[in-house]
Amino acid sequence: MESREKVVEIRNLEKSFGDLDVLKGVDLDLFREENLVVLGKSGSGKSVLIKIMVGLLKQDSGSMKVFGQEVAKLGKKELNELRLKIGFSFQNSALYDSMTVKENMEFPLVRNEKNLSRKEINMRIEELLDSVGLPQTINQMPSELSGGQKKRIGVARTLILKPEIMLYDEPTAGLDPITCRDINSLILEVRERYKTSSIVITHDLACAKQTGDRMAVLLDGQFKAVGTFEEVFPEATDERIKSFYDYNFINS
Amino acid sequence: MAEGSGDRKPLLSKKIDKFFTGLADAWNFVRRFFQEVFMPPYEFKEVIHQCYRIGVESLPLISLTGFIVGIVFTNQSRPSLSEFGAASWLPSLISIAVVRAMGPLVTALIAAGKVGSSIGAEIGSMKVTEQIDAMEVSATNPFKFLVVSRVLATTLMIPLLVMYTDFVALMGSFLSVNANEKVSMTTFFVQVFEAITFLDIISSVLKSVLFGFTIGVVGCYKGYNSSKGTEGVGRAANAAVVMAMFLIFIEELLVLQIVNAIRGI
Repeated sequence: MESREKVVEIRNLEKSFGDLDVLKGVDLDLFREENLVVLGKSGSGKSVLIKIMVGLLKQDSGSMKVFGQEVAKLGKKELNELRLKIGFSFQNSALYDSMTVKENMEFPLVRNEKNLSRKEINMRIEELLDSVGLPQTINQMPSELSGGQKKRIGVARTLILKPEIMLYDEPTAGLDPITCRDINSLILEVRERYKTSSIVITHDLACAKQTGDRMAVLLDGQFKAVGTFEEVFPEATDERIKSFYDYNFINS
Repeated sequence: MAEGSGDRKPLLSKKIDKFFTGLADAWNFVRRFFQEVFMPPYEFKEVIHQCYRIGVESLPLISLTGFIVGIVFTNQSRPSLSEFGAASWLPSLISIAVVRAMGPLVTALIAAGKVGSSIGAEIGSMKVTEQIDAMEVSATNPFKFLVVSRVLATTLMIPLLVMYTDFVALMGSFLSVNANEKVSMTTFFVQVFEAITFLDIISSVLKSVLFGFTIGVVGCYKGYNSSKGTEGVGRAANAAVVMAMFLIFIEELLVLQIVNAIRGI
């Protein structure tokens, strides 16, 4: 595993909001074509971590390197170039609700790949909608879609720029178990088809088990356990990780 | 752009500190608008879309209000003028009142309520549902798409709406004058245009540009900086209206002072 290329390298990362220390010296690596699941309680700083990765937030100290570039030190142009390589799927899908599905998907594409013809744009949109299994929604408004459909369209929209890294923020939050399973399959399919490396932020252990090559458990602002699902969970000695595991699997 | 680290300790009291940081934020927001408005890429399609929403979709409300203002103001002024035997001055009085003050002010206040609140609520809800973040992480410029286009649209459309309101209000006034004083349309409009000067029209247009810019900037600023949650969206919409109306009255007063100074009054 360690001999593989690192696409993200996080070292001693710290972030506070006022008096609240959210990340207290976090270390983590993401390898090429790996699915890494970050688990933790609500408010433990999981989303903060990936927002620092795309430059939406800035760390107080420490290093966040993506493709060897220190994100905090990038200028506006370089940051945008890096962002094109990262797809961010938001917790609530963040579809632009004044636009149709087609316009949602066009939005980043026409602004970043200006040489594409109308035919090429349409082809790429149709291809991606097919790949997420929702070609019929092309002219629908986000308000007409179900929660699961929104998530899928959100993922399709991020894939339109052909990213190398996918960041999924709570991909199964608020969805029924069957839709959760579909979303988990989609995450695996995306990796398979587009050869992406992914970070999946979740507190859903079923999602973690199904999608993740490695798990990283964020507690008290630090990663308390990193490894495969079997290494981290069934025999966990830390009470909090154990209770996390028990609660999830007893309830499912 | 990236947010920095958490809250700073207040330099003076929390409220004073908040006031001045808010002022600095607003200034930076306006400065950013002027930096981005001239820089490509340009969002022409979105500007036209917003012009349609702000201009065309406001027409029914503006028409009704302008028409009523014209009739009411004429009917309210008639008794006083008639007392001095000066009812024939009605067209002149109405034209001065409408072109100099009431047209721009009524239009701007209605637009602040209708357009300002909708801009504040729309951008605010995009902010709290992470749609603005989604634009940012897809390497597009949400400020240009959302803010620049809307501020340009309000700045361009409010002066046009003001001219339209002036016309509709004068038509309302004409109907009243025609019904009571049996004045023809030609006579009415000759008197209307005799009473107003080039300075009246120029100051009215410039004032309208300022009002439009204010409505757009305040709506966008309040929406763009709305706090998390649906309550924040409501607050943003409300603050956009209140702040814009307040600034419009201040600007009206300042423009009046400047124009009076030019007239030598």
